[in-house]
Amino acid sequence: MSQFIIRRVLYSVVTLFILSGTIFLIVRLTGDPVALMTEASARPEDLERIRHQWGLDRSWPVQYVTFMQNALQGELGKSFNYRLPVSELYFQRLPNSLTLGLAATLISLLIGIPAGIISAVKVNSAWDNVAKGIALLGLSIPGFWLGLVLILIFSVWLRWLPTSGSGDWRHVVMPALALGWYFAASMLRLTRSSMLEVLGSEYIKLARLKGLPDFVVVAMHAFKNALIPVFTLAGVNMVVMVNAAVIIEVIFAWPGIGRLLYEGIFQRDFPLVQGVVVMAGFMIVGINLVVDVLYAFIDPRIRLTR
Amino acid sequence: MATIPADTPLPSRKAATGRLRGVVKALRDAPLAAVVILGGLVLAALLADLIAPYDPTLPVKGAEMFAPPFWMEGGSLATPLGTDFQARDILSRLLYGARVSLVVGLMGTLVAGGIGTAMGIISGYVGGWADQIIMRVTDAWLALPAIVFAIFLAAMVGPSMWNIIVILGAVYWTRYARVIRGEVLTLRERDFVKLAEIAGASRYRVIRKHILPNVMNTATVLASLTVGVVIIAEASLSFLGVGVPPPQPAWGLMLSEARPTLMAGQWWLTVFPGACILLIVLATQLFGDWLRVRLDPQLRNL
Repeated sequence: MSQFIIRRVLYSVVTLFILSGTIFLIVRLTGDPVALMTEASARPEDLERIRHQWGLDRSWPVQYVTFMQNALQGELGKSFNYRLPVSELYFQRLPNSLTLGLAATLISLLIGIPAGIISAVKVNSAWDNVAKGIALLGLSIPGFWLGLVLILIFSVWLRWLPTSGSGDWRHVVMPALALGWYFAASMLRLTRSSMLEVLGSEYIKLARLKGLPDFVVVAMHAFKNALIPVFTLAGVNMVVMVNAAVIIEVIFAWPGIGRLLYEGIFQRDFPLVQGVVVMAGFMIVGINLVVDVLYAFIDPRIRLTR
Repeated sequence: MATIPADTPLPSRKAATGRLRGVVKALRDAPLAAVVILGGLVLAALLADLIAPYDPTLPVKGAEMFAPPFWMEGGSLATPLGTDFQARDILSRLLYGARVSLVVGLMGTLVAGGIGTAMGIISGYVGGWADQIIMRVTDAWLALPAIVFAIFLAAMVGPSMWNIIVILGAVYWTRYARVIRGEVLTLRERDFVKLAEIAGASRYRVIRKHILPNVMNTATVLASLTVGVVIIAEASLSFLGVGVPPPQPAWGLMLSEARPTLMAGQWWLTVFPGACILLIVLATQLFGDWLRVRLDPQLRNL
């Protein structure tokens, strides 16, 4: 077990090094940030001075090592534009993204689990076909377009919900739905296949043979076991949603880290962009590590393979 | 068995044309809706020059800005689906937009599939250090949400249609690499590969003649399911202003241009391009699902 954990942690560290190295390299290969942040008429010695000030005159390996050293201490550099530490900006915005991610996760569970259970229990029925349709639409409707259409319906025509910004729960509904929609489809698919697997297992057949009513079998026996993978995916999806909501946050003017990234991109704020992207990598590698280790605890077969 | 020379002709060209005929035959029982939608959009893209009533990048002479579709008050049949903020014809822009979406969707998938299949085969067949390096890079790529990675790359490299194709290819190859590697690991142990190796076939020959043909089905299925993802990604990038640059008529760009006036209720600017994206992705998904069942029963739960 400990060997498994050590190996997984090691892989995660390597993954993060490759990722951060790639991000770091791409930022530096694709243009001179100093030339972009100053005016075209700036004198060469001024450029030199700014480069020195931001530590950009040192060699890339030195810059990378410094960057990683600081990153490991929770320091991601200083934003060109805001003249503030990136980590400060990031953690200011993070709670908003967490709120949105949590709300979107709830929506995806509320749609995905009931629909998935119904379609598994009544497999190949009309209900199952409706659920399959929802799953297909979940993958096919672009989330950002859904967001625009929701604004059109609920803000412009019905005037029920505010179009953008943050405040009370009414601001969260539309972005959470637009963001969670895609993930609802994956919840549905997983719930369905997981329920089908459990319903076909021996202990469920036994429960049915004992003469337990259908409802008890499904609700008490099958449900519990089928939902372990579903909730695991929900956890992973939530972390992904917190980090991947760039367009939804832009559309609804939601002050989260996605919009921070977007602003950073348009202001050519390289330390900011680099910091936000690397943090996303940290979070997702982290959650994957946690899930892998937890699963290895639950299921010894996982430890032994690979 | 061991005496079979390494260059025994395999089911070759003749069999390949037979297979092509089989594919055409099989298409007859493909889901009708998918074939009709995809066929229609491909035709629209190919014939845009002939069937589009106006130049998609120029204002229509004599037309108002924000003219509604023809069935609404103030609409006219000259611009059947209305006009945008520069009085350009929506229908013409949609038709030309199909071209952008299809080209990026197909080319991006091709780049992703090419990189991913090559990486998967090297990783699975060569093994050792190559495998370790490729799999760790794959892990690193998968550690970022694909769309964030794509936005980051597009913002760094700069907007153009060809850049977007390369970027989306560079982002979406990892799934191929993982799945194909898994397949190659089992193929590598199969008798026909072992025998070819014993008979002295070079690594390159084994890959080309024995491994590649056997992973093509999987790669095709993955590709059919990637096209839709790539099309949505392109629309997202264009919407954010880091994709296809204006004045090109890309659907994502049209949505982005419609946004400032969304509150004024000009729904046709938002609904039509989005519905086109929805249709094309829906059709590729339906087609991909059908292809998956058809080509590889083992992939049904992918």
